[in-house]
Amino acid sequence: MTHDEALLQFLLRMGDNTLILGHRVSEWCGHAPVLEEDIALANTALDLIGQTQLWLGLAADVQGDGKTADDMAFLRDAWDFRNVLLVEMPNGDFGQTLMRQFLFDAWHSIMLGRLITSSDPRVAEIAEKASKEVAYHLERSGDTVVGLADGTEESHARMQAALDYLYPYVGEMFLSDATDAEMVAAGIAPDPAGLRDEYDALVGRIVDTATLTLPDGRFTHKGGRDGRMHTEHLGHLLTQMQWLQRAYPGASW
Amino acid sequence: MNNEWPLWEVFIRGQHGMSHRHVGSLHAPDAEMAIKNARDVYTRRNEGVSIWVVEAANIAASSPSQKGPLYEPSESKVYRHPTFFDIPDDVGAM
Amino acid sequence: MYAQMIKTAGTGVKDSSEMTEQERHFQDRIDAGEKIEPKDWMPEDYRATLIRQIGQHAHSEIVGQLPEGNWITRAPTLERKAILLAKVQDEAGHGLYLYCAAETLGVSRDELTEMLLDGRMKYSSIFNYPTLNWADIGAVGWLVDGAAIMNQVPLQRTSYGPYSRAMIRICKEESFHQRQGYDIMMKMAQGTAAQKAMAQDALNRLWFPSLMMFGPSDKESVHSTQSMAWGIKINTNDELRQKFVDQTVPQAEYLGLTVPDEHLKWNDARGHYDFSEPDWDEFFDVLRGNGPCNKDRMAARNTAWDDGKWVRDGLLAHARKKNVSRMAAE
Repeated sequence: MTHDEALLQFLLRMGDNTLILGHRVSEWCGHAPVLEEDIALANTALDLIGQTQLWLGLAADVQGDGKTADDMAFLRDAWDFRNVLLVEMPNGDFGQTLMRQFLFDAWHSIMLGRLITSSDPRVAEIAEKASKEVAYHLERSGDTVVGLADGTEESHARMQAALDYLYPYVGEMFLSDATDAEMVAAGIAPDPAGLRDEYDALVGRIVDTATLTLPDGRFTHKGGRDGRMHTEHLGHLLTQMQWLQRAYPGASW
Repeated sequence: MNNEWPLWEVFIRGQHGMSHRHVGSLHAPDAEMAIKNARDVYTRRNEGVSIWVVEAANIAASSPSQKGPLYEPSESKVYRHPTFFDIPDDVGAM
Repeated sequence: MYAQMIKTAGTGVKDSSEMTEQERHFQDRIDAGEKIEPKDWMPEDYRATLIRQIGQHAHSEIVGQLPEGNWITRAPTLERKAILLAKVQDEAGHGLYLYCAAETLGVSRDELTEMLLDGRMKYSSIFNYPTLNWADIGAVGWLVDGAAIMNQVPLQRTSYGPYSRAMIRICKEESFHQRQGYDIMMKMAQGTAAQKAMAQDALNRLWFPSLMMFGPSDKESVHSTQSMAWGIKINTNDELRQKFVDQTVPQAEYLGLTVPDEHLKWNDARGHYDFSEPDWDEFFDVLRGNGPCNKDRMAARNTAWDDGKWVRDGLLAHARKKNVSRMAAE
């Protein structure tokens, strides 16, 4: 794998995570439990879409064949996507959405914190901007997870169920492969495996405050970040997201 | 029990060093969430750098029927305003 | 309009000689352009009418999220997705501002919501029409927001202070909504044959419903007369409808689209366009619940409310626990 091939994979991983999660969160617009949450979720989705434009725009530049961020988002097929499985999981109830958000935000904030010192100034610049947005996402999702888990009996049970359902997707964010080795060697990005302790400490703190119980075991589903095997959910998401671009190729919108 | 989230009044200080100004209200379960909600609802267009929230029930307000006694007495104190005094143009800016 | 067919509480406009001292004083303040504030004395009918009007306006913003939200996950570019999401989010914000304005009149947001959900309160009928192709998102911004703005700009001067202030904020934020809609229409009208067809299809379906937004002619409406005397309605429905047509027809011509009205013609003598009345039978059908989407819209709002109950209760329960432990610590 050449350096540029690895860099492209890395950028797709970052950009596809924000693209797919931003899409999922945007599905809530108009349907949230209360107006204030509806508005807050839209802000999160808007941040993620904005970050997607930056990551996928840079990915397109690195690919160097004149494509745009939109081409990357709307004209690749499921096996080309490099997001972790966690972000393509369905919204479920509001609790599942916020739990997914929290589990991702925690990783995202740690990752972006490292990328700020990336040897590639383009990566560092995106990370700098995104990290401020994500710091707020984490604060909000963390507080909401705590609030719901330590709320009523029903809300507690729902949050525990959400954690049980999603936790087996957490481990994928910390897997390492040749792409990561190349990024580490070039000083562009950290080894994901090295972020796990900080993540466990952060998540552990919130889970404790929330009176939730982390599931035993470190089994993890995988296949998203290397594109080997996504969930069935991704294809359905793409059929909606990409429909207009696919049905009317070459049109300008 | 009424399970509606309490109403909060939101005050925001903008970029330019002005005082906090009342911008509107919202609902939130507690003060911390009220501040977060205020950030999400009332600063979507870069409107502020500082947020205050006060639970609406805790605001004491003057009564409209007191309007006369409260505010009219100041109307006759015209000498409190700079325009009350005629200063000759020759004196320059004052 | 966003608040259409508001039935005024009370029995019609009173002559100054029929008014009590308090009522005369109140009317004098309105006539002098003073704002009425929450703690001021006001006739019960004024309060009741405002609750209906502001509540319906707020409900319209919230239900209005649905037809446009219908396309967020299918927006054709990342930028369009972001713009549309920001816009639909603004609608939620506007609903929120308006509910808060209504709450100053002694009704809670939850009460208003319950009244929407069980059908006691209405929302603008325009949102009972479907959005079927991407150009609808353009047309909604261009026509529906265009019509809404026409009503909302004068409402910034409405006599009730909190309503007026909410409208000022809303108008400021809305200014990009109509433009983004027209921007989509331009892209579509200048695009491929299929895109042009989408644009024309959207205009064909949304033209008359947009005209209906101003409500039936109010020539003989006692409600309008009272509302205008109270300064909570500023223009007649017919004035605004005419203004909308005059403004919109040249914009359609610029796009190269055909307004679906064979009687549409510039009238030199009047200095206005002549145009066909919308089908008012259809309007009243939609109002009675028989529009293409009434059932789906209400089902979506009911689901959001019912499914959200555990969330609202959970976060409140947590806040109360925190409060108790904080007090215990003090």
